[in-house]
Amino acid sequence: MADHTLDAKGLNCPLPILKARKALKEVPDNGILEILATDPGAVADFEAFCRQTGNELMEHSEDDGIYRFLIKKSA
Amino acid sequence: MSSEEKSMSIIVTKGSLDWAYPPFILATTAAAMGLPVTMFFTFYGLPLLLKDLNLQLTAAGNPAMKMPMMGAHMGLPNLLTAVPGVDAACTKMMKNLMAKKGVASIEELRDLAVEAEVRLIACQMTMDLFEYSLEDMIEGPELGGAATYIEVATESDINLFI
Repeated sequence: MADHTLDAKGLNCPLPILKARKALKEVPDNGILEILATDPGAVADFEAFCRQTGNELMEHSEDDGIYRFLIKKSA
Repeated sequence: MSSEEKSMSIIVTKGSLDWAYPPFILATTAAAMGLPVTMFFTFYGLPLLLKDLNLQLTAAGNPAMKMPMMGAHMGLPNLLTAVPGVDAACTKMMKNLMAKKGVASIEELRDLAVEAEVRLIACQMTMDLFEYSLEDMIEGPELGGAATYIEVATESDINLFI
């Protein structure tokens, strides 16, 4: 489903955001970036990141300490 | 990607390992969020632009610095920080802890800042005072003074002094 997956597990603030920004460059407009992270702070941070950059945080979930985010790149 | 057209500047005045983090974390994150960012390196912040970083920290005068150790949090009495080798050991512990917790190194954050085209200004007066030259520094910094910074600050939405 995702056009690109970023494994940010084990990385701490602000690396998941910085790597997501770089990974988004690899994603086509309206494409989807999947991010896997273990930093609990990433939830609030990806919400803020998406509000600021205009990309859409389609969903986020948590399973056994792994956070999963789907971000749709704005055109 | 849309930008809110906000911008940020940071005056970087401290160059110990711990104090190097806030400016580089905030600069790289703001740049990732689409903000043009300028960092102005002055006084003890200036050596953060040197090619070779060997950042140190000290627990001297810092009662809040407590490291997690064997289930507790351990501080260091000021007197002990005067013992040769203690600061180096604290620095090593902090760097190990950071690596273990997935915290980026300052070198890594600085590379990301350069890559994100964060504007780096080296304070000319501090360069002169501490006898540094641009050849000692990484590629990218420009020279400037207080007026250069103030012009940036008047155009920035967020101005931080760290």
